[in-house]
Order: sequence, then structure tokens, then C-alpha cells
Amino acid sequence: MNNFSYTKVSTTDQAISQIDGDIRNKIVAGGTNLNDLLKYFITKADKLVDINPIAENNSIIRLETGGVRIGALHTNADMAYDPIIEERYPLLSKAILAGASAQIRNMATNGGNLMQRTRCYYFYDITTPCNKRDPGSGCAAITGYNRIHAILGQSENCIAVFPSDMCVALAALNAAVNIKGPEGERVLAFAEFHRLSGDTPHIDNNLKHGEIITSIDLPAKGFEKNYSYLKLRDRSSYSFALVSVATGLDIENGIIKEARIALGGVAHKPWRSTEAEDFLKAKEPTRINFSEAAAIILKDAKGYEHNSFKIELAKRAIVRNCLMALNPESQRPGAKPSL
Amino acid sequence: MTKLPSIGKPISRLEGHFKVTGSAKYAGEYDVPDLLYGYVVNSTITKGRIKIIDTAGAKALEGVIEVFTHENRPSTAWFDFQYADMDAPPGTVFKPLKDNEIKYNGQPIALVVATTFEMARYAATLIKTAYAEKEFETDLESNLEKAREPKKGLASMLKPPPAKPTGNFEEAYRNSFVQSSGEFKHGTEHHNPMEMFATTVVYEGKNKLKIYDKTQGTINSQMYVANVFGLKMKNVQVIAPYVGGAFGSGLRPQYQLFMAVMASFKLKRNVRVTLDRSQMFTFGHRPPTLQFTKFGADENGKVNAIYHEAIAETSQFEDYVENVVNWSNMLYPAENTLLEHKLVPLDVYSPLDMRAPGGSTGIHAIEITMDDLAYQLNIDPLELRLINYSEKDKSSDKEYSSKELRNCYLQGAEKFGWKNRNPEPRNMKRGNKLIGYGMATGIWDANRLLARVQAIMTSDGKVELKSAVTDIGTGTLTIMTQIASDELGIPLEDITFSYADSAMPFAPIQGGSFTTATVGPAVKASCKALKEKLFRKAKNLRSSVLSDAKFEDVVFSEGFIFLKENAEVKISIDEIFTFNEGKEIKTTNAAMPNPLVYGKKARAVHSAVFVEVEVDEELGIIEVKRAVTAVAAGKIINPKTAESQILGGMIWGISKTLHEETILDDQFGKYMNANLAEYHIPVHADIHELDVIFVEENDDFVNDLGVKGVGEIGIVGMPPAIANAIFHATGKRIHNLPIHFDQLL
Repeated sequence: MNNFSYTKVSTTDQAISQIDGDIRNKIVAGGTNLNDLLKYFITKADKLVDINPIAENNSIIRLETGGVRIGALHTNADMAYDPIIEERYPLLSKAILAGASAQIRNMATNGGNLMQRTRCYYFYDITTPCNKRDPGSGCAAITGYNRIHAILGQSENCIAVFPSDMCVALAALNAAVNIKGPEGERVLAFAEFHRLSGDTPHIDNNLKHGEIITSIDLPAKGFEKNYSYLKLRDRSSYSFALVSVATGLDIENGIIKEARIALGGVAHKPWRSTEAEDFLKAKEPTRINFSEAAAIILKDAKGYEHNSFKIELAKRAIVRNCLMALNPESQRPGAKPSL
Repeated sequence: MTKLPSIGKPISRLEGHFKVTGSAKYAGEYDVPDLLYGYVVNSTITKGRIKIIDTAGAKALEGVIEVFTHENRPSTAWFDFQYADMDAPPGTVFKPLKDNEIKYNGQPIALVVATTFEMARYAATLIKTAYAEKEFETDLESNLEKAREPKKGLASMLKPPPAKPTGNFEEAYRNSFVQSSGEFKHGTEHHNPMEMFATTVVYEGKNKLKIYDKTQGTINSQMYVANVFGLKMKNVQVIAPYVGGAFGSGLRPQYQLFMAVMASFKLKRNVRVTLDRSQMFTFGHRPPTLQFTKFGADENGKVNAIYHEAIAETSQFEDYVENVVNWSNMLYPAENTLLEHKLVPLDVYSPLDMRAPGGSTGIHAIEITMDDLAYQLNIDPLELRLINYSEKDKSSDKEYSSKELRNCYLQGAEKFGWKNRNPEPRNMKRGNKLIGYGMATGIWDANRLLARVQAIMTSDGKVELKSAVTDIGTGTLTIMTQIASDELGIPLEDITFSYADSAMPFAPIQGGSFTTATVGPAVKASCKALKEKLFRKAKNLRSSVLSDAKFEDVVFSEGFIFLKENAEVKISIDEIFTFNEGKEIKTTNAAMPNPLVYGKKARAVHSAVFVEVEVDEELGIIEVKRAVTAVAAGKIINPKTAESQILGGMIWGISKTLHEETILDDQFGKYMNANLAEYHIPVHADIHELDVIFVEENDDFVNDLGVKGVGEIGIVGMPPAIANAIFHATGKRIHNLPIHFDQLL
């Protein structure tokens, strides 16, 4: 690890001025990913700007729109167990609790969760080629051990996946990301926040350097009656999703008014399909309809030597999770599906 | 005060509170004055040579004392044999920094020594290395044509080659009523003890070193250092009282020991070298192995033909061998056998014994093949084992010294509720999940080597015992104290077992489940000798009331020697010490198996394992809901520490079956998941109900304590029992480990 300076700030504006648009100055909050990145020489920093003391970004506010604004510096653990979140956005709570470990959730913040980088083995190993870490060097994962890699929306430059659970729920909920930077404030729809790898796999998201996430807005609609989060992985905790699904259903008189389905562990960002969600509109919540929707979501999926199983697994997971959403009581935090 | 006898009682670990309160010191935690810190630089290529290694940038940093590479390494021993340790396979031991040749990815190529660990680690990043790369081979399956017989050597003593073919396998198999054949694939695994490998060397003056090392054998490390660096044995002291897990990885001196000693010796300073987690993947591992089985049985289920072949990875410089194929005929007395074990040398570091080496690999293939025979014959899998039960090890044609495996089967089945099993696969359900019951047999060698122990009684009647043996977390300290306590008739509190110091009497490396059976009898022997000494002194007291007594006639208890027949006739230990002018009374004794008779019987520990799995078939999710392991391992000195050994083995068995795997990418010849986030072992949520039964087994042949050892037996039967349970639940036979849930989709 290189030597770096460290400074604490107590307002967003101070943070912005300390970062000063310089790529070697890094923001640190929970540090649960940044510390790894520094130690593995993936990220180099001259200065760490510790934003934890910024009180203005550490609160939960009810919005006039009926939604809720959650501070970027709230920890994942506090967020998951917050009574407002548990009651109005249980899907978000469940997704957070499926992620990482209790210790990591105690440190990790909401803003940091959006900013975490892929867990691709090759990205973390500086002796192997990786277009995300070292643009133009190639992608070792395409021909390597790609069990944990993408099946949707990937490019030949990078098949890494975005590892968050929380963000899968935020994508399903149509959250919005509030951002402040040297040029003022702006809002990004959640779907616009993360990027696909395309030709620029080294750029994970549309936050410009020098900008800072201040909060995340949750719309009024929380799907608290019919929701489910399902995470499939190689062990029951402290491992990233091979496939995860967040489902929110709005059902009236036995008919789906609105369906939201977001996938994690399969793409460079939380994956949604408008076509599949539109397909489910005005239909009955049946296994057959969910299967049809799953087929639509995965129709362009492409697998590699070690991850082709994800295509079928994702289809089954979608169907199961939609059925589980019909009976949210069947869930407990981090539980394996009981249906 | 603990009541005697203490053997058989679940005594808590005597050092437990030191460990849980953090006051137990591990090798990398000894604070010594003016300590220097070494950080190792590892090769980033797999094969070739170093063209240039530029250390100028690192050396220029303030606080960097020296950078060692092959170019400036102090000279060490010339001959290969001088590098050999107690667990060295046949071949040429790897010598760190010997020359510019790179033999495997992650090979240590430099040691940076600085005044702080952080500075050493930072300086290491400034070292620039240019390589000339060569093509390499690291994939077992694409190099099978290179498979050959292993070389034999000293290591073959504890790991003999498979028995010679008997009968006519081909013909017997062809004519069998049922036949089962299988191909089994196991991946690489790394030991990954919690404690990182570390060595702290205290430079005590010219040619004299005190070394705190992470090791499973203090004398093994001492011998290695003395031989390699040309020091006298008495001037090298290796100490390792606490070992934070090792599982076989500490059976050989690892390169941090060489590095730390080299730097200390050259710089005449105190030096510590600690490896980091990714460096824990740059030495020994359980080798990837392919296995092929063909078993044939008659219509009654009697197995009459056994073929078992293993092809395993080894390095280009040593022929690492483990017993993969020796077990089937030890369990099942087939007349026609063909057992083969071959090696494929690849560009990797030498594999290394890892908990139940070979056994946990081979038994998996054997017990799945047996399970398949049972289904073909429509015989209950447990019944099939009983049909093929033998009091004899057919492979050596010797009777077992003891074998209570039958009772393991029966008691395990009873506790588990095996009789509730519906034999038809896919027919037991809970909700939407499939339930499967599976069982398997486990076996492991009951070996014993030579050890010496010193016993010293001081005038306060307290006794200290000394042995170089380590306690790798198994409970050795506690059970040796128990053995001494019972033998001497002195409460545990008055006995100190001093250990894990190479200056103490000889004990071999701690592995192979032979420590209790090796050091235990030496403790007993020295305690007995101590009593004899005391007794002789008691007899020689002026007007001794015991002058006519024989040793067999007296009892030692509560500070007295008294007649068995008449407790009124006694002499106090105090009196003896008064006569002895307060001087301590001591004796050193060796214990080893009697070479004339030891080989006449087969010796093994056995287990029967029963497992229930729950499978969510649509999503492939597998959960091991319950497991029962019934073990016959002779006398159990301490049921608490022994149970912990078995539970740890069972959990590891779940890990091996469902989680654990080091991923080698053949593009780079490199392990890609060298950290504990990506190298998966189970979390609490993966482990459910586990039960251990110790079946009573009396054995006066193995040693005079009747103990066999429980270190490895807990793991061996679990993988096949789980795989068999998955078959019972789903009808799918999965032969490869680990079983990923997507294999069920």
C-alpha cells in the first residue's frame, strides 16, 4: 500500500473541495471495499477523505411525495433494521440482509454499497490481464474461471458482474440517487446510475469524479404486500450471489397491476427487463406467466465455460421468487426459499 | 481438585482460557528487542527464470535493511539430503532463493527486511523483476499421459504403496453378478489454518538461535535449520506452544522459516517473517486427484473384485504420495484386487499432507461405489457393509488388533434412525424438498512411533513432564496431563506438561493421528519409572515400612506410597524428599512399539457415518440437515477434546463435499481464489445437527493405553455419506468434489 494522507470532513461541500476533482483523492466511508482495493494495489490513493462525520447525509426523511430519503452514510445494518424500511420497504431490508456478513453490514454504508467494485478474481490480481483494472490489457475471465461472471449485457471487453444485493432491490424499487458535485446537485434514476461494461469497463457508474452521493430516494410504492428477495450462492452467508432476484408485485383482485423483477449477480449492473414486466401486467400471478416472464428476461443471455448454468438457474429463481412474493410471510432474513 | 481417574473424563482444555483471552502467544507475536521484519516477494510467473531482479528502489528506502535474492543469498548446505525434513517425499526438496529458476507460481524470490512490517511490505512492491518465461503445465487432466509410478523413499514407511494385485481381477469382475464403475475428480485444497505461517528468530549470539515457529514438529524445524545453516542442534532451539491450526501444513518447515533464519543469521539481528493469506497458497496443498473404481459382487452382495486407481498431481521436484487406494481391501475382503496409484508431475509446488491425506480422497470413491452396488443389488447399503464385514485386513492378511466397526454401524444407525429410510430414491419428502439418507464407512491407520518424555518431581510433590511435542489445537497438553495424573495418582493441578520446545525430549511431528498413541505411552512410561524411583528410595529409608514390599504391591495416591493390601502401611512423598535432601527426582524414558510383534496385526480406527440431506431440487440447494458419526478409536482419553476433533472433521467433510476448492487457472498456472472470501469454507448457517458416538473398543495391542487417535477419522466418511444421501434424495450420482448446487439443475 502506498503512503497517503487522510482527512476528515463534516460537510458535503468540504468533501467536494477536498476531493477537488483529482482522481488520486478518494472518498472513504465504511471502507469495506476500498481497503481491499488499496491493499491489492487496484486503487491508488494520495489522499483519503473520510466522510463519515457528515451528519447531513446520515438520516432517514419522509418525503412529501410519500417516499423516503435515506442518507448515503447510513450503514447497511441500520438501514435493514430501520422500522420505516422494514415496514414500507421490506424488499430492501431483505436484500441488504442477504449481503455480506453482519460485521461488514455494520461498517458498510448505503452510498458505498452503490460504489463497490466487482469481485472478479482477475480484477483483483494485478498479474493477470483485466480491462476494468488496466484498460486494453484484455479480459482473462472470458477464457478463465468464469463461474461468478455475467450472462446478460456483457461485452467482449469485460464479463464482470456488479456484486451488490442492496442495489438489486433499489433497482426494483425505482430508487433515485441524489448527487452533489462542484457544479451543484443532480439526480440520477437508479437504472441510469450503473453502467454496462461496453467499451469502457473501467467505468462502473455515471458518478463523475469529484461528485458525491448524498442520499437515495425511495418512491412511495414499496411493494410491501408482495415482495421477495432470493439469493443463490455457494454457501449460506458471506458469499456473493451467483444469481439473485428481487421481486415486487402489485396485485389487485388476483391480477398483476405492476411487476418489478431485478436480477443480481448476472450483469455489470442490476438487471431489469421492461418487456418482461410489461408482459406480466394485467395477468394472473401464475407459475406459467412467471415462467414466460423469466424466458423473456433471459432470452439474450449468453454463458461461458463455467457459468452457463446461470441461465437456467436465473429462470428458475425468477419463477420461485415471484411465487414467494405471493407469500412474503414465507421469508426470514437470509433464509433459503421455503416454497 | 480433579478427581482421579481423569482418563475418560471430559476435561476442558487446560490452555483454553489463554486462547480465548488472547494471552496465548503465537509464533508471529513474540516481542523481542530491535526486531526486524521480513516480507516475502513471490514470483508472478509459473515457470522460467529471473533475468533481472532490481532491488535498488526497495533498498533506497529509509528503514529497509537488506533485500535478499538468489544473487546475494548467504551460502547454505550443499547436499539435498540436508534439506530433507521428517515429512519430505522422495525427490529434491525446494530450496528458497537457490538460483534464478522459477518452478511454480508464487515461488518466493526475495525477502525484504526492514524496521517495520509495513515498510518491508511497501518496499517489496518496488522490486522490479524481469523473467524469461517458459511453457508450463498445471492441468492434471490434460497431462494424464505423463502418469507414472511414484518413487519410493523414507515417506513410504507410513504411506506404503498399494498391496500387490491378488487373484485375477479382470476375470472376477467380468463374471460378477453386479458391477459398478466410477470416475471421481477432486480439486486442489489448501489447509488455510486461521494462523498465518510466521517465524520469529531471536539471535542469541554467534551461531545460536532461538526460534518461535509455526510448526507441527519443533524438532523437525530444529533439524532442518541446523542442517541447512550448518549449526549445531543444541544451538538451535525451536519453540511452538500455540499453533493456530495447521492440519498438516506445519508438517514440513515452510519457507518463512528458512527466510527468517537466513536473515537473522546474516544480519545478526532478531527477525520475524510473517506470511499473508495469499502467501498461504504458495506452498503445500491437497493434490487434485482422479480416481477410477470397478467393483464386482456376487448375487448375495459379497464383493469379489476390486479395482481402484488414483492419478494425482505432484510437483516437478518431489514425488508426493498419499494412501488413496489402499483402503478398500482393508475394509472389504475381496479375493481379486488391482490397486494402482500414479503421479503426474506438474509445475506446481509439492502437495502436502492435509487432514486425512489420501483417506478422505480414496474413501469417497470406494464408498460411493459400494453404495451403487447396494442399489443394483437391492440390498440396504448398511446391510451390504455387514455382508462384507471382515475381522481381517485382507490386503495384509492380518487380524485387526481390534475392530468395533460393526458396533459403529449398529449404534450409528440406531441413533440416526436409519430404519426409517425408504430405500427408493426420490421418495422421502419434507414440504417441497427431497430428503435423502446416506451412509458410509470411514477408516484410518492407527500408527505409533517413538517418543521420549522426561518426568521430574520436586520436593513439593508436584511433577513436571517434558516433551518436544506440539499441541496443534487437538488437546495434547490436556490429555498428556490426564495420562500422567492417573499414572502418578496426582491431581491434574499438580502436574505441568511442558512441551513444544525442541530442547525437550524427542517427539516426532504431530500428524497422522499418531500423537496420543506415540507420546501418551512415553508419558506413562516415564511416570511409571518415576514411581519406581520413588519406591526404591522409599524402600531405602531407614527402617522403611516398605522394605519388603514389591513395586506391584504398592499404590501411589495423595502424596503417599502405601500397600494395596493395607493402606495403613505407607510412606509419604515428603519423607522421601527429606531423605533426598530436597533434590528433585527425575527420569527420562522412551516408548515405542515392540518391533518384534507390532507388525503382526493390522491396526486401524473405524467410523460409520450417517447423513440426512435436504435438497431443493428446482434450485439445486443442498443442506446437510443432520449427521451422526460413530467412531471406534480405542480408549478415548478425553471425550470432550476427542469429540471436538470428530466434529471438526465432520464440518470439514461438509466443506470438502459442498464448498472447498482452490481454483487453478491454467492460463496462468496460478490459484485465483487465494483468500478466505473466495476460498469457501462453511459458515455457521451451513452447519446443522451433528452427533458423535464413541463406541467402546478395547485394544491392549496398539499400546498400553489402548488409544488409537481421532485426528483424521472425522472427515473421511463424510464426503461419500453426503454424496450417497444426495443420490438417495434425487437419484443423481455426483462423483466430483466439491458438489456445486448447479450440478443438480
